[in-house]
Amino acid sequence: MSEASKYLSQLQVGEGEQTFLDSNELIINMGPQHPATHGVLRVILKLDGEKVLGTECVIGYLHRGVEKIAENRTYTMFNPYVDRMDYVAAVSNGLGYCQAVERLLNIEAPPRANYIRVILTELNRISSHQLWLGTHALDIGAITPLFYTFRDREEILKIFEKYCGARLTTHAFRIGGCQYETYEGFERDVKSFCNFVAPKIEEYEELLTTNRIWVERTKGVGVLSAAGCKALGVTGPVLRASGVKWDIRKAQPYANYSEFDFEIPTRQSGDTYDRYMVRMAEMRQSLRIIRQAVERIPEGPIMAKVPKVIKPPPGEVYHSIEAPKGELGYFIVSDGSTQPYRLRVRPPSFVNLQALDLMVRGQLVADVIAVIGTLDIVLGEVDR
Amino acid sequence: MADEEKPAVTPPPGNEQKPGGEKQAGSVEPIRPAEHGAPETARSQAKPGEGPRPAKPTGAVPGSWDAPMVARFKRQYGSGLEALTYLGQDYLIVDRSLIGNVLLLLRDREQFDYCVDVTAVHYPKREKQFEVIWILYSFARNERIRVKTIMAEGESLPSSVQIWPTCNWLEREVFDMFGITFEGHPELKRILLPEGWNGHPLRKDYGIIQQDQEWVQLNLGIESGQ
Repeated sequence: MSEASKYLSQLQVGEGEQTFLDSNELIINMGPQHPATHGVLRVILKLDGEKVLGTECVIGYLHRGVEKIAENRTYTMFNPYVDRMDYVAAVSNGLGYCQAVERLLNIEAPPRANYIRVILTELNRISSHQLWLGTHALDIGAITPLFYTFRDREEILKIFEKYCGARLTTHAFRIGGCQYETYEGFERDVKSFCNFVAPKIEEYEELLTTNRIWVERTKGVGVLSAAGCKALGVTGPVLRASGVKWDIRKAQPYANYSEFDFEIPTRQSGDTYDRYMVRMAEMRQSLRIIRQAVERIPEGPIMAKVPKVIKPPPGEVYHSIEAPKGELGYFIVSDGSTQPYRLRVRPPSFVNLQALDLMVRGQLVADVIAVIGTLDIVLGEVDR
Repeated sequence: MADEEKPAVTPPPGNEQKPGGEKQAGSVEPIRPAEHGAPETARSQAKPGEGPRPAKPTGAVPGSWDAPMVARFKRQYGSGLEALTYLGQDYLIVDRSLIGNVLLLLRDREQFDYCVDVTAVHYPKREKQFEVIWILYSFARNERIRVKTIMAEGESLPSSVQIWPTCNWLEREVFDMFGITFEGHPELKRILLPEGWNGHPLRKDYGIIQQDQEWVQLNLGIESGQ
């Protein structure tokens, strides 16, 4: 047999068999090392041509066992660890944790501490949304917004750095209040930041909101209905873009959010474009809260009377806050000792990521990137 | 700067505060349903969110929770269910055999349409080692409750994926971390740890630096992950 016919016989396709090119279904692996997965997320995609038939997320690459660590640390020692979950919104993580322990201790932070907490948390919400916008737009192909948002986010990080010495993993709060008094000129910095960033948000919108490529890539992509959101436990901007006016800051106010005048932005169609619009509006609402807070910030102590050794009475408590990504909850079981008997973190990113499969089914493979971006996940929080 | 200020803003805890806290915190064993009915006085002392002055951290004791919803459940299931409240948070302790029905009724009749979280706690010294907790929220009522059930090693629970699809990953995580099985789960496998890993890390008998050496050596090609 000649060489050529040997190859030809190998290429023969039997009845019912299909060659690679004829087959309709294709399994593609995306990640864990992939620039558009925002960390170490692995998605296995089942494709029919360019159409997505189904996905499976493989997570856990960044699992550090935060909940196990909590059981082996005192309440105070565990505080900095929570910053390492959603590391782009560390302040929110800290607020949720401190308040959960305060609730367990049945104490409340003094008013001035609450104002400082609200200002920093809302600044953090803006910075988290800016980072989301920059990377999400970059994934879709718009490179410019990344430079704009990172340039402006820097101003927030500078305020954090001046306040507590750290830019990302801030550990800004303590159980019972704040450790640090505001620095000289804090109010001035925050006010000038508000004035600085307000027109910048318009600038981002100018780049994207009516940009034809942006609209084509986001409108009608990754639609999630309100019922779908509730069934899948999806919260945060994703839920609000589906028309549900729900925000824990309003529904069950914590810290002193009930004292501020702000709105919950919602949109109706629940697609990627609407989620973008909701987050843009949220940045403006956060600015509104910060402006009010910085005007009214009272004098007074910044720490409640907290025993040196934190030993909450036996019992359990669940406390949740509206983190930039959705409902961030802490369920703490105390056995009366200095260490939590069990600490459970209810991570918004983990629960929201579960909706990915439903959102991308029937869409194009390129839209998977857009949907991962629009869910705004942080793998540090997904895997904990 | 902060160190100088610290003494001024956080005076050391008064002596009168300690005995109260210690007394309540005395028992190391975490709260048990049987202990829940206890002293009326302690409960009335420390109601949460009352006035601007924070209450002292004396141990509040779970009280009974009365609501029309609870009455409906009690009529239906009688002693299979206990309703309690602690620090202003309501929870139900439900018998394991009733859990599927109660969760379904909570969604359909009581409008708890959002399952916030499913988690578990391990108490190795108890006869029934595990507590499984569902945290539920109702958008219509703006109410958050917890449902808790107690189960022994080797027993299983009905899966709630049919009730709230979000339970899919949450139950997988409970399975991964505690080894609790949920019957009827579409794909109950590990989620955070790799498949083939041995052990369930959030059990109390799993050490903080413990790991599956064999898995590490086989899959990572290193002697130890430490």
